[in-house]
Amino acid sequence: MSAITLEQHKPQAHLPALKFALWVAIASMIMMFAALTSAYIVKKAGGNWADFRLPDIFALNTLIVLLSSGTMHLAYLSFKRNHFRTFRISLGVTLGLGLAFIIGQYQGWQSLANIGVHLDGNPSGSFLYVISGVHGLHIAGGLIALLITFVLSLIKSYKPIDELMLETNPDKNTKIQMLATYWHFVDILWVYLFLFFYFNHL
Amino acid sequence: MNQQVDQDHAVQVDHHHDDHHDDHHEHHEQNFIEKYVFSQDHKTIAKQFLITGIFWGVVGGLMSVLFRMQLGFPGESFPILETVLGKWAPGGVISPDFYLALVTMHGTILVFFVLTAGLSGTFANLLIPLQVGARDMASPFLNMLSYWFFFLAGLIMLASLFVETGPANGGWTAYPPLNALPQATIGSGLGMTLWLTSMAVFIISTLLGGLNYVATILNMRTKGLTMTRLPLTIWAIFLTAIIGILSFPVLLSAALLLIFDRSLGTSFYLSEIYIAGEALVNQTGGSAILFQHLFWFLGHPEVYIIILPAMGLVSEVMSVHARKPIFGYMAMVGSILAIAVLSFVVWAHHMFVTGMNPFIGSIFVVVTLIIAVPSAIKVFNWITTLWRGNLRLNAPMLFSIGFVSLFISGGLTGIFLGNSTIDIQLHDTYFVVAHFHIVMGISAFFGMFAGVYHWFPKMFGRFMNNTLGNIHFFTTIIGAYLIFWPMHYIGMAGVPRRYYSYEAFEAFNKFGDISLFVTTVAGIVFIVQMIFIINFFYSIFYGKKVTEKNPWQANTLEWTTPINPGHGNWPGEIPEVHRWPYDYSKPGAAEDFIPQTVPLKAGEKDLGH
Repeated sequence: MSAITLEQHKPQAHLPALKFALWVAIASMIMMFAALTSAYIVKKAGGNWADFRLPDIFALNTLIVLLSSGTMHLAYLSFKRNHFRTFRISLGVTLGLGLAFIIGQYQGWQSLANIGVHLDGNPSGSFLYVISGVHGLHIAGGLIALLITFVLSLIKSYKPIDELMLETNPDKNTKIQMLATYWHFVDILWVYLFLFFYFNHL
Repeated sequence: MNQQVDQDHAVQVDHHHDDHHDDHHEHHEQNFIEKYVFSQDHKTIAKQFLITGIFWGVVGGLMSVLFRMQLGFPGESFPILETVLGKWAPGGVISPDFYLALVTMHGTILVFFVLTAGLSGTFANLLIPLQVGARDMASPFLNMLSYWFFFLAGLIMLASLFVETGPANGGWTAYPPLNALPQATIGSGLGMTLWLTSMAVFIISTLLGGLNYVATILNMRTKGLTMTRLPLTIWAIFLTAIIGILSFPVLLSAALLLIFDRSLGTSFYLSEIYIAGEALVNQTGGSAILFQHLFWFLGHPEVYIIILPAMGLVSEVMSVHARKPIFGYMAMVGSILAIAVLSFVVWAHHMFVTGMNPFIGSIFVVVTLIIAVPSAIKVFNWITTLWRGNLRLNAPMLFSIGFVSLFISGGLTGIFLGNSTIDIQLHDTYFVVAHFHIVMGISAFFGMFAGVYHWFPKMFGRFMNNTLGNIHFFTTIIGAYLIFWPMHYIGMAGVPRRYYSYEAFEAFNKFGDISLFVTTVAGIVFIVQMIFIINFFYSIFYGKKVTEKNPWQANTLEWTTPINPGHGNWPGEIPEVHRWPYDYSKPGAAEDFIPQTVPLKAGEKDLGH
């Protein structure tokens, strides 16, 4: 039997449904962060709350993450319009910005430690570490998906015929779209968290 | 690819409407591992969930028999216990630490492993693709992962039973500071660490499963199957999955913060605590109540995660075996929706004694009592479905009727407990134990039993023995009432739950006879469950064979598949749906059932809308 039928014998994921499942998963992640930030509010209202200045680097990281959302969107658009060179470049830039964000967050933790805010100190600091840490894990998950897509796009670029397959394959388009959706979500999530922390440290 | 042909020939036929593919699948067997172990077929995954659930049901049930022995025969020596449990039962008497561990693990195992994974996991996997007309779940791979994460969670929990310091013993609710400080109790060390790890893995399993269930139901229904033509099983499972997706992440957050408090020196939940006269370092004003809020934000929806699938199964089974349409289909759907929404705004009724503002308490009282409305609508509809039905009193039907009886009995005491003024008296007494065991424990089990007896022919192509099923039903329902009815009275007398022994309390010690009676019945009921288990496993291999596709004369789509469907479910095209699933005894019809696949006759009205 031909290679095409071979594919059909494997249990296939139903892509439109998976795209929907991603939104459901996002709802579930929102609940997790809603729980953490509500716990923050409840604990803060309970008193015994140390105040400190939020390190500036978190604002810079917020800009980086917003920028990476822009490049991700550019990657998505250029894939759709078959501009594979732009696609690869903007995907690579997104990956770089994502890594820069993670490093920036780590720098943020270091500046927290420098002003005497430690994980095992007052809950006001512990919350900041835990929430940004859990968010960092979500970013890391996105980075792994980005890296795989980026590497695949580089390999494919040496074989024009594969590139053509990539272009004509609607499944791939859905996958890129899902990657972009997730990436925008974790970015917007950080913007929310940053504003949340910012207004709680005024 | 040959290995895949047998499994997937149905999928293939869908793509190529030729016959020439059929001659391939007879020659090739899938290997054992792909077919039975790492299977991506939703039907196999359902069986894996069910059998794992049965295993945990036996373990959790046996634990309750063990701690009931301590309660029924306080301080009496049973040398066999020392032989089996070793240092946990010195001199044949269960030690206090191990007694608490048994209570904790019984709760954890039954709530999460049996009635969440075992119930939802089994019937969501089995019924969603079959009843919505899909080849498989949205992502068969994630579905398989969901089972194996559950399996891993089970392994970790099982391992915790065998560690030196014993399993977690601070209650299934894992309240801090008791469960946050290793110094607090022996089980709060490694046992609790394993408990938390296991729960985190379990939550991942539930989320992966839930995503699939929701995505499949909303996106992969066959042609003609509108949401208002869905069987109530699917509606119930659908909202169960949504509740799980929105509430389990909150438990994950709660557990995460607890893990940090335990291992990394934070103090989210720990206020200033002195142990042996010394203040704990670093513990600067956390809040133990914060954990309770986060925990019960999952904990309360969790009871609906347990009971809603049972309600769905009962609705379907009851309609089939009463040969009548379910009474008030839209009211049933509406009440499931109402229960799902309300389940998120009542959590603090578990916390009336935490010193909360009585005004806030009264809000939670009102919202809690409103849940009685959709619950009563459902009960009314089940009873009116039975009313003048052409009842087949077989095992699945008996268990469905038993479910309604138990749900009423247990639900009524919920009205007592939902009132903060009464709850303050009854809190943490046997009244609470009796209430939730009847309304969500035993009821959910009855829904599950009804489902297993009813869908067993679809799962294994054979019937379970009905006589044994009837014996199982009558002894279990009489036994369940005999166990839990007396607990209401001793609860009203103020006897607190979770105590190791009441010998030191003049006021409670006089209920020793009742305790002994309850323990005796509990032992008998546990042994009777072995009838079910023997019946189940015997029937898989030697049960009466199913000879027709639709042995119950039911309307839903799963009965249009072959008796032993392959992966892909339908050998030809997926059937199209033309009507709602409850056309039983429709006036003017030749037979007393009309499957969903039968087109509407000219001038016939679809009753679904």
